[in-house]
Amino acid sequence: MCRIGAIKSRNYVHPSLALLLMQSQQKGHDNSGFAMVMQDLGGLFEGYKHLPTLSMACTDEGLKLAEDILHAAGFNRVLQWVPETNNLPGLDIIAMPNYVFETFQYPKNYRSAPQKEKEDLLLEMRLQLREALEEDDLGFVYSFWPDVITLKEIGDPKDIGTYFNLWEPDNKFTAKVITAQCRQNTNYDIVRYAAHPFFLQGYTALANGENTFYQKNKEFQAKLHHGYIGFESDSQCFLYTMHYVHRVLGWPLNYYKHVITPLPFEELSSRPDSDVLLAIRQSLAHLEINGPNTIIGVMPDSTLFTCCDAKKLRPIVIGRSEEMVVFSSEVCGINELLPDRNWEDDIYPHEREMITIDADLEVQRWRQ
Amino acid sequence: METVKVQDLTANDLPWKIRYDASRCTLCGSCVATCSFRAIEAKVERRRMVFSEGDFPDPQQRFSAVPVIRQVSTLVSHCRGCGGCEKVCPNDAIGPIRNIDNRLPIVTRCLSGDSIKRGGRKNLESTVRTLDKMRVGRISQMTDPSLDAQRHTFDLLAPFGRILPAGKLPFHLGANGELVNDGQAPPVRWIYPVVIGDMSIGALSWRMWEAVAMAVAYLNEECGMPVRMCSGEGGVPVRLLKSKYLKYMILQIASGHFGWNRIANTLPHMVEDPCGIIIKIGQGAKPGDGGLLMAQKVADHIMAIRGVPKADLLSPPNHQGLYSIEESVQKMFLSMNAAFKFRVPVAIKVAASSTSVSVFNNLVRDPYNIVGGFFLDGVDGGTGAAHEVSLDHTGHPIVSKLRDCYLAAVTQGRQEQIPLWAAGGLGRTGDLAADAFKMMCLGANGVFAGKLILQMAGCIGNEMGRCNACNTGLCPVGITTQNPTLVRRLDPEKAAQNIVNYYLAMDQELKKLMAPIGNSSLPIGRSDALITTDRAVAERLKIQYVC
Ligand code: SF4
Ligand code: SF4
Repeated sequence: MCRIGAIKSRNYVHPSLALLLMQSQQKGHDNSGFAMVMQDLGGLFEGYKHLPTLSMACTDEGLKLAEDILHAAGFNRVLQWVPETNNLPGLDIIAMPNYVFETFQYPKNYRSAPQKEKEDLLLEMRLQLREALEEDDLGFVYSFWPDVITLKEIGDPKDIGTYFNLWEPDNKFTAKVITAQCRQNTNYDIVRYAAHPFFLQGYTALANGENTFYQKNKEFQAKLHHGYIGFESDSQCFLYTMHYVHRVLGWPLNYYKHVITPLPFEELSSRPDSDVLLAIRQSLAHLEINGPNTIIGVMPDSTLFTCCDAKKLRPIVIGRSEEMVVFSSEVCGINELLPDRNWEDDIYPHEREMITIDADLEVQRWRQ
Repeated sequence: METVKVQDLTANDLPWKIRYDASRCTLCGSCVATCSFRAIEAKVERRRMVFSEGDFPDPQQRFSAVPVIRQVSTLVSHCRGCGGCEKVCPNDAIGPIRNIDNRLPIVTRCLSGDSIKRGGRKNLESTVRTLDKMRVGRISQMTDPSLDAQRHTFDLLAPFGRILPAGKLPFHLGANGELVNDGQAPPVRWIYPVVIGDMSIGALSWRMWEAVAMAVAYLNEECGMPVRMCSGEGGVPVRLLKSKYLKYMILQIASGHFGWNRIANTLPHMVEDPCGIIIKIGQGAKPGDGGLLMAQKVADHIMAIRGVPKADLLSPPNHQGLYSIEESVQKMFLSMNAAFKFRVPVAIKVAASSTSVSVFNNLVRDPYNIVGGFFLDGVDGGTGAAHEVSLDHTGHPIVSKLRDCYLAAVTQGRQEQIPLWAAGGLGRTGDLAADAFKMMCLGANGVFAGKLILQMAGCIGNEMGRCNACNTGLCPVGITTQNPTLVRRLDPEKAAQNIVNYYLAMDQELKKLMAPIGNSSLPIGRSDALITTDRAVAERLKIQYVC
């Protein structure tokens, strides 16, 4: 069972906090990887919020290929940050040769294009890069999006932290929202793409658990949008449904919950909005999820939320202070980060609830 | 003594021989009275008896005429193996025995010059059923716990009606950020995933039909299970049409259009809409053939309900139209939709065939969304009457065809837009829950069953040639006959109770299958839950091969 966590903070925070959050939850599982997505970036990237940043792990050849493709498409690099790595002997990490975080200016003809067009271009580019690099295992393209950085690696999370120098806080590499996962590998080969959090066009999702409707979710999603690819993990389905419901269909976030864990027919039929809910349930029956899981999601506007399966078979805890809200699979993670908080304010969401944290760290508990 | 010619029909040529033990028989006559086929009769035999009367053995013989029960050996009145005589005999003196040297298929044709007709299901037993080669093999444990069939709630409902893709739903965003439904979408009913298949009121006795209707009403009103039954072609009693129970009925229209006058005339008096309409194009048991109701079964009330004279009622193989079949079917769909003002879903029933996927694709792509369900009926389905050659030798098994249709929907991303319903020998081994569950994993939204419902009520017919006389109007248990004496044999309340109990048991069993795979909703399309030890099956159905 993976452990997941998320931090949303008023001020920029360093990923060492995410490592700390996850470290205390490591006992008893294999720790086969660590991954995180940082959104609403500070430090080096703060001045480039409107420009897309490419997050990629690759070989030298892969790096060159990716840059060539982007240049050919008219993108110009405006910032590059390569994390210093400590390749100490004995570290449990299977690292790629290069980790690259590069920010680009849009091609000339796109600079004044509508936002949607830019966003579609970014997705096309990422898919193109991914495909190009996939061929000879040249590398992994995780995200290409403004104000977002993704890092995924195979190995012991602690060692991954050491390797990337993430244990040492600084103010160069920070963000206001960080989602992270410590991987417990079960069903799948250890593939970098299979590590949560997953990211698509501003949406991030990570989950702890299993989706027993994976097969039908996957078969359905594969035809819904060309960005729904990979399916290396059953939890990718959570992201794609979120993207589909909120971005493609344009429905408010609450309906995401109605889609993935619809109310039982009996309950549904006695509600005033039963016609809408029933229509949703029947049209999107193949996006329903089953099995035990908790989902953490981040929206394009950096709203953080969580919800879980209809039987509450996977736990999550939310702790908060004035400055910060922390989601964690186990409460010990929160204790590390917010030891002095009022424990009585912790939230243990239940199965029909969706908790959202907005820009002002205001917590909203929405009942399905 | 009469001369016996080699061509004469004797018990040896028939599928069943009567075992009779004169020494146990008390000549009560029960067996003869019970045999609806008149396959046995009382006769007198000349018997030799050896006896001795003195103190010392002194064998003498005596001839006497004794009454006995004898088998009748004619084409019309041969034993169907129903076992009725055996059941009623107080002394275990009589009963049928299967005759493996049976020549009936040859002699019937030779003597009658006509094709053989019968009811029941396909009688050519082949290998193990595909459904029995599959198991539910993906069990939830540990990290993904299974559910508790007793404690958790399960949603066992299936759609009947055309479902729009999410992007086409008539929604807009309301003032408070909620979705508002402000347009019209096709009607969809959520019903129990096992529908009682279409058996007409002419094919069934009125008591049997009533028993099914009673069971359905009870399941709905008392057990909270929204089970629906399909009327079959041939109309519905007006009293039912005008009652609130109409909502539990799916009305059927087939190529004979029998009974539809009455239904149309009753429209203004209906207090409830029917659950749905099924337009029957074909039937799995006799694909390419229309319905067949022999004159023997066209009793007065059938004549009234259907509006026909007493004659063989043959539905044409196709729906007739001036221009083309497609046109007439299209028209029928539109008029059925319009007749109920687009409040009632209209589905289609076709026989499984090599071409089913094209038919399905055409319907799925139809831009008017007029088809609200694809009922696919496989070769192992039952029938009240058909030509034996069609029954035994035409048709297509349901399993792979259903799977093909589902995968065709997957390829187009149109899963469930037209719900898939499968039938054709499901529950043949008596275990409908398992068959239904596996079909759902392969992509069916639900299943329908007919023959098994009759078996719940007491039908003793089987796939090895037992009985199958539904076409004769002489059903020994009063199920498929209109003969008042025979009909009275069926206790409709008991039959209804059996059906209700079977449904209750099946409901539990479905939950018992859903729980271990950790699903609280039906596992439609969860082929990952199935495994098979047969490579060919695995490959064909795209499920996991195991050994
Ligand atoms: S088994 Fe049935 S058909 Fe045969 S003789 Fe007995 S009652 Fe008649
Ligand atoms: S018992 Fe009746 S319904 Fe069953 S096979 Fe015989 S005739 Fe048909």
